[in-house]
Amino acid sequence: MSARRTIEVALGTSGLDAQGLPLRAPLVAQGGGAVALEALPVTAEPELEADHMLINIGPQHPATHGVLRLVLELDGETVVRCIPHIGYLHCGFEKIGEYRQYNQIIPWTDREDYLNSPGNNVAFALGAERLFGVGMTERTKVLRVILMELSRIISHLVWLGTTSVDIGAFTPFLWLYQERENVYNLLEGWVGARLTTTATRVGGMAADLPDGWLDGLRAFLKGFPKTLEESVRMLETNAIWAGRTVGLGAMSAQEAVNAGLSGPMLRASGVAYDVRKDFPYLDYETYDFDVPVGTAGDVYDRFLVRVEEMRQSVRILEQAIRRLPDGPINIDDPRLILPPKHKATSEMESMIHHFKLVMEGPRPPAGECYVAVESPKGEKGYYFVSDGTSKPVRWRIRPPSFVNLSAIPKMVEGHLLSDVIAINASIDIVMGEIDR
Amino acid sequence: MTSPASVPANVPASPLPMSAVAADENGSPITPVNVPRTGAPANPTAAVLASRFGVAVLRTEVIWGETTVFVTREALHDIVRFLHDEPSERYDYLVDVTAVEYRDGDRPLEVVWHLRALGHRRFLRLKVELPKRGALWVPSVIDIYSGADWLERECYDMFGIRFEGHPDLRRLLMWEQYKEGHPLRKDFPLRGRFSRSEQLKQALAADPEARYSMEELNIAEAFHSLPADMKQRLAERAAHGELEEGE
Repeated sequence: MSARRTIEVALGTSGLDAQGLPLRAPLVAQGGGAVALEALPVTAEPELEADHMLINIGPQHPATHGVLRLVLELDGETVVRCIPHIGYLHCGFEKIGEYRQYNQIIPWTDREDYLNSPGNNVAFALGAERLFGVGMTERTKVLRVILMELSRIISHLVWLGTTSVDIGAFTPFLWLYQERENVYNLLEGWVGARLTTTATRVGGMAADLPDGWLDGLRAFLKGFPKTLEESVRMLETNAIWAGRTVGLGAMSAQEAVNAGLSGPMLRASGVAYDVRKDFPYLDYETYDFDVPVGTAGDVYDRFLVRVEEMRQSVRILEQAIRRLPDGPINIDDPRLILPPKHKATSEMESMIHHFKLVMEGPRPPAGECYVAVESPKGEKGYYFVSDGTSKPVRWRIRPPSFVNLSAIPKMVEGHLLSDVIAINASIDIVMGEIDR
Repeated sequence: MTSPASVPANVPASPLPMSAVAADENGSPITPVNVPRTGAPANPTAAVLASRFGVAVLRTEVIWGETTVFVTREALHDIVRFLHDEPSERYDYLVDVTAVEYRDGDRPLEVVWHLRALGHRRFLRLKVELPKRGALWVPSVIDIYSGADWLERECYDMFGIRFEGHPDLRRLLMWEQYKEGHPLRKDFPLRGRFSRSEQLKQALAADPEARYSMEELNIAEAFHSLPADMKQRLAERAAHGELEEGE
């Protein structure tokens, strides 16, 4: 089927060539005037109702929060099937860990869930200390709680900021990142690094608090809730936010437990499982805080749960500041802790001791342990197997967002393509942790 | 003084309920302090399993306060099903599936399942030992825990252990065409099987088009419209399948 159309072309449209003829020569008859054009043959509209479309999102897509690739089968605009592909950031952390001494692995834990580096450092130290059969000092216990909760706050801040950008609100992103900057300034003052903190050691901490650091933390805790509430007020009753989050990606409590979800994803579905409450570590059972749980298990509930967790983290931090005792940060155990530098350079025994600890590394007894903490994403576990040498036989990371992400096909199927972005954002994935 | 009209109707009106975390019958749990390396009391589930499954439960170890039950692979699926369904056990949460290979070449590979009973606040580790000379397979528990899907795929990818009954046992972290073996095995060198320059050469020569699986291309019925060379490549890949164990 073809049709002839006559198109009036205005003369002198786009400049003249060397002969003084208009540049759009094919459209213009010699000497100007109208020209009859052969229109392109019009083919029938393809029958699309029956065909499903395959669409690829990522791995280089800003809304996938990293190098996640989703292949979606669409019926019109509805997702029929979702096939996720991961592994684009696979670095073999677990393999590398088998070739490193325990303290040498701690920098790698910074880099897996890089929004939660201090929390990973603490989790690793707890696991390694269980394997060595040592404890920690009272001061270190509280310092580690401070680290865990600060890193929960910064991780949730990034989540809330980036998710609001995904859904179309840009302002909270800027406000929240300003607060995150404050936390990073605090961390920089404490351990000298911002993102890759490496704040702990097996049996202690990398450094004690500098003078006046707690004042900085108090100032942050004073200003932060204000910013948080302001940002939340912009979103919580916002019609666009609610319209794009309520009812999306809902998981029932039973489905969520069966799929192994953890953290805010699980609690939004109404299951009050929090490692800090159920399998406590670092004396979390002595802190006064609440665990928020959702009812619908949708994206909106996950938002509410994470916001409430930040408020609870502020509560925990205030208690931790009040109870922070004085004292040493490292345990008194020469098998693990280096002698002071001035002794290592002046006493023969200390120098030998220093040399052997650095070159050979501390050796745990043969054994294995699994230690889990509540990371911002969920249950983060480290599983160590030792054969008595200074390097682990197996260092397994149980990544919470890996397991959470594995349920994404179930969550997105039946929803619209644009909702995939919101649902994916609600999982709070960090590909560094998923691919490791 | 807020006007209710400004709040959309579909926003939940009530704030989130705060949880009362289910209390344990043994009282509130506490942070483990000074757990002995051996000799801590075993998880009572271990005794239940031993009495119910008899010879299928090989032995029980308690180390650093965590109970490990060694079972035979033939009985594993029944044991996990029992642990999940039995009302007095209710291990409803699969934490992790992974494997351990020791540096000692004679020690068998171990496949490890970490289970939690959220209601009872219990933690249990199940292990199956696989002699390295035998076939490396264990039953899949994906029909009991849907969360086992990626965990088993990753374990297969990294160790080459087949999870029989898994409906979609493809490589997960490595790409599907990866032929170098299974990276977390001890005979796999830390730097990979090939030199850096060879790895770079292969990466540059890789065809990004071939990243769709046959399954995905079948969804879109796109296979027939592909260029001839890509069709051939995909057909070859489907025919060859995965690298066989020990190759």
